[in-house]
Amino acid sequence: MESSLVEASGLKKHFRTKKGIVHAVDGVSFGIRPGKTMGIVGESGCGKSTLGRVLVHLESNTDGAMRFGGRDVTALGKRQLREFRQNAQMIFQDPYSSLNPRYTVEETIAEPLFLSRRYSRAELRQRTTELMGCVGMAQRLRASYPHELDGGRRQRVGIARALAYDPKFIVCDEPVSALDVSIQAQILNLLQDLKKEKNLTYMFITHDLSVVRYISDDIGVMYLGQLVETSPSKELFKAPCHPYTKALLSAIPHIGVRRRAERAVLKGEITSPIDPKPGCRFASRCPHALGECQRRSLALEEAAPGHFVSCIRAKELNGL
Amino acid sequence: MGNGASNDAGNGASKTMRGADVGEEKQKFLEVRDLSVRYETKEETVYAVNGVSFSLEKGRTLGLVGETGAGKTTIARAILGILPSPPAVVGGGEILLGGDDILGASEREMHDIRGNRVTMIFQDPMTALNPVMTIGRQIEEVIESHERVSKDEARKRAEEMLEMVGILAERYSEYPHQFSGGMKQRVVIAIALACNPDLLLADEPTTALDVTIQAQVLDLMKTLHKKQNTSTILITHDLGVVSEMCDEVAIVYAGEIVEMGSLEDIFERPAHPYMLGLLGAIPAIDGDEEKLSPIPGMTPDPTSLPPGCKFHPRCKYAAEACKSEPVGMKEIAPGHFCRCLNLAAPNLAAREAE
Repeated sequence: MESSLVEASGLKKHFRTKKGIVHAVDGVSFGIRPGKTMGIVGESGCGKSTLGRVLVHLESNTDGAMRFGGRDVTALGKRQLREFRQNAQMIFQDPYSSLNPRYTVEETIAEPLFLSRRYSRAELRQRTTELMGCVGMAQRLRASYPHELDGGRRQRVGIARALAYDPKFIVCDEPVSALDVSIQAQILNLLQDLKKEKNLTYMFITHDLSVVRYISDDIGVMYLGQLVETSPSKELFKAPCHPYTKALLSAIPHIGVRRRAERAVLKGEITSPIDPKPGCRFASRCPHALGECQRRSLALEEAAPGHFVSCIRAKELNGL
Repeated sequence: MGNGASNDAGNGASKTMRGADVGEEKQKFLEVRDLSVRYETKEETVYAVNGVSFSLEKGRTLGLVGETGAGKTTIARAILGILPSPPAVVGGGEILLGGDDILGASEREMHDIRGNRVTMIFQDPMTALNPVMTIGRQIEEVIESHERVSKDEARKRAEEMLEMVGILAERYSEYPHQFSGGMKQRVVIAIALACNPDLLLADEPTTALDVTIQAQVLDLMKTLHKKQNTSTILITHDLGVVSEMCDEVAIVYAGEIVEMGSLEDIFERPAHPYMLGLLGAIPAIDGDEEKLSPIPGMTPDPTSLPPGCKFHPRCKYAAEACKSEPVGMKEIAPGHFCRCLNLAAPNLAAREAE
């Protein structure tokens, strides 16, 4: 098996608040092979964005290990960290708030390069032209400000900026959620093309299951700071094992006339990530929960080749 | 408003009678005819709705589908009489509710209609509720302003509404910030349905919610719809939600309905190139497509709409005539309407693909 470009083991990020400790990311382990896309799905508040921010080191981790190209990211010195940051970039959800409204397109894209003080004015211009070409933006928009652009174009600027240093790894945090479907498809195709062209590795965070299926090689399903299931993309949709994944998949409204039979509507809502109880975090909403689920601590176990589930009843419920 | 007889039928007291007398109203419970709305400012004029016509039968659910800026919300606001004016200007048309033209109704008349006969669920439950009033009081308020009821009676009704949307009556005196997003949307639904309205306008009611919570709210809306037989207009950009909830569908593009028909017509026999484009642009949950086919370009600028078919700059089937001639709605099969000059082209392409 090929070694991973990005690897997390037992990764944790906790936030101290007045009400207690928020376990935003709580013991997450996975690896992303070079050139692959790992999708992370989950509902609001499950910690998926925090996970993404920790992976590019926008937030430091509380515990656990994080490796990038085999090197421990948490132990990097200042210079190595700068190099890491050039290699690990992020694309944000809302291009309306992630761009500086007082910078033109050109200034926005060139800023990360300008800050390195290694490029001349002419080189910056040249590189901006290239990057705008890469993301399919007309050169006449160089001097436009974000408010003059529509959502799709703004997201293209965000992507161009992330590409400025030719990174190896990009965390895409809900990059198409704020866009209309006809534009969403344009951006998804662009991300796919760039991946092939530049051999990029993505972590793609989203709540949209049809998007994640389209773009990902592997998928991790997150619930209250933990991965409850990881699997190759197709396999997950064909044979989901965790009760939460099943509920999530059955909650998607199906397009077309062929209406779904009875779906499993989950009762209740995601519980608080503040000082969570031991045991399975999904137990309080799970239709199959036993008394034991509340007590026994869980880890991901291999249910089928490459398919990991964290549920003590996984084998029994899925006839494995 | 219409003549005296229909005015009488409009007030709350004779509601049950009106409900029983469905035979006559069945066909034209709500009719929107040639509605046009524009927003005028000193600098520019936005042509938001350009000649929209549709009708809705009692107890049916119509989906208005379109992307940002298509004019869906403006249509709903016109029906509810809450267009911000200025800058909104109604360019023409009629909105007939039970036979009365409510587009020309006075503010006083509209006050009786809103909350009572026509109500709306807004997209964002965080901003639709008053943050400094208990949720119970917010439901009471609607009941009190439309019906002569005692304080106790109003409270009892409000508690019943809460229970109906699945919130314990004990939470009556809590404030909106104490509720999660899904629970807030339930409160908004309780407020909207408190006076047993004839027509419910739901503007992206689940867009701000997570999918498992969306499933709960959609289920609730379906159950309540069965119980109260409220006619519903569901505004959304989500074709999955439409498939699940609607009997009829109208596709809105640049302020016009470009295709309209039954759910089966639209999803099994889509005809307009825009609708075909939308279906190709969405990754299917059970598909294995390598590449999506996005619709090229963007929705036109509503301050300067293209002449001819408004979709022609993005349409791969556009012919010379599409660029200049105005395009009307054509009935291509019974009840299935489409606004396209070149209907044969996409059908041919589809046949070639097969």
